[in-house]
Amino acid sequence: MFEDFIYVLGKYDTWLWRGFLLTIELLVISVTLGTLLAIPLAVARVSKKVWIQALPFAFIYVFRGTPLIGQLFMMYYGVGQLIANIDGIQDHWTWTYLRDPYWYCLLTFVLNTAAYVAEIMRGGIQNVPNGELEAARACGMSPWITYRRIIFPRMWQMIWPAYTNDVIFTLKATSLASTVTMMELTGAARKIVARTALPYEAFISAGVIYLIIVYSLTFGFKGIERYLRRSEQRNEPKTGRAKAATSA
Amino acid sequence: MLDLYGRGWQMLEGGLVTVQLCLTVLPFMIVIGLLGASAKLSRYRTLRVIGESYTVLIRGIPELLVILLIYFGGTIAVQSLAEAISGEETRVDIPAFWSGVAALALVQGAFASEVFRAAMQSIPIGQIEAATACGMTPMQIFMRIKLPQLWRFALPGLNNLFQVLIKDTALISVVGVEEIMRKAAIGAGTEKAPFTFYLVAMLIFLSFTTVSLLVFNYLEKRAARGVARA
Repeated sequence: MFEDFIYVLGKYDTWLWRGFLLTIELLVISVTLGTLLAIPLAVARVSKKVWIQALPFAFIYVFRGTPLIGQLFMMYYGVGQLIANIDGIQDHWTWTYLRDPYWYCLLTFVLNTAAYVAEIMRGGIQNVPNGELEAARACGMSPWITYRRIIFPRMWQMIWPAYTNDVIFTLKATSLASTVTMMELTGAARKIVARTALPYEAFISAGVIYLIIVYSLTFGFKGIERYLRRSEQRNEPKTGRAKAATSA
Repeated sequence: MLDLYGRGWQMLEGGLVTVQLCLTVLPFMIVIGLLGASAKLSRYRTLRVIGESYTVLIRGIPELLVILLIYFGGTIAVQSLAEAISGEETRVDIPAFWSGVAALALVQGAFASEVFRAAMQSIPIGQIEAATACGMTPMQIFMRIKLPQLWRFALPGLNNLFQVLIKDTALISVVGVEEIMRKAAIGAGTEKAPFTFYLVAMLIFLSFTTVSLLVFNYLEKRAARGVARA
């Protein structure tokens, strides 16, 4: 049994390594762009004007209410086909990019992440205590400055655990790229299975790599959470050891 | 256009399979979730460790990988088991439907165990003490005190999980179960109209998740009917 593991890991280590890199690449770009896109969506979503609220509401509703694999197929096969049907597009210089599944995957993951993150951001923004907003207004802050100095820092504090979960969700979502022929971690494992007919060895190896990524992410994000909540820690009663250290 | 090149019925059939998948997974998910939550809150260390590591493992692995592992790996496992019992070469095929159900129950059960754990912990300890004082056995306490309230505390979490479950059934199309996504892929391939077919598939999914949301909201309201509200 273990010989097979060593065989798979020894022979196909480059596939798994490249798969790992592609998974990380997809994750980092999707989360970064998705989060940037989520901010305006969430701000528009909490607007009191219905016509501003309606569009982000519909966007979030559709992307959260349908399976990601469907969104991906819709983009890659559906929109891809519509683009391919445009006259002369296949001779155009952009065609190399327009037929590459990589861009369709990224676009789908970015939009999907944006919808999920915008929804948790909405919760965060709406839970900022009203007194703080009133205080900001009393200090003469404009809405923009209130957002920058009061609402966003408070929001990040509150949503960070949910945001961490969402990043992990996006990591797991990148495995779907394998269904449109991308060779990320799951894609690499599937190819190894096709080549060697050793499903346990290949899939479990990939699974262990996913676990390592997930728990390193969790660990790193916990650290950032402590940083975000540093103002709260200051008010907490210090432990005996910390007190001893300060008095010494 | 409206009858989808004569394939409208097939899409609805796919929808029926998706509903079957969801409703088959649901009881397994709840039972696994309850067992997992009880294990995590158990007074025996071994059970706690098993419960926790189950969630830790499942939480970190993509659903698609679990589905593939059970579909491809499960066949080999059952086959070698059958060969060991009968002593001769046998060929076993696990239906894709059931390997998909097993995979989703395993994944969703892990998340359900977290939901039920939180719900069990929100039952006031005084009630358990009162029940013990009345002489109820642990089983009676579970059936009479914990389970009826668990339902109310766990409903919002289950609502969320069921939404995820509906969307995750689409992943089983990868191993060839003819649910909505698979039917859409077949239609898209033969009629050369991927955009139309996937659009219809997405609309069916959206209607499913909407209905589930409405049903759960009704249940939440119903479950809270005996509770005083501030």
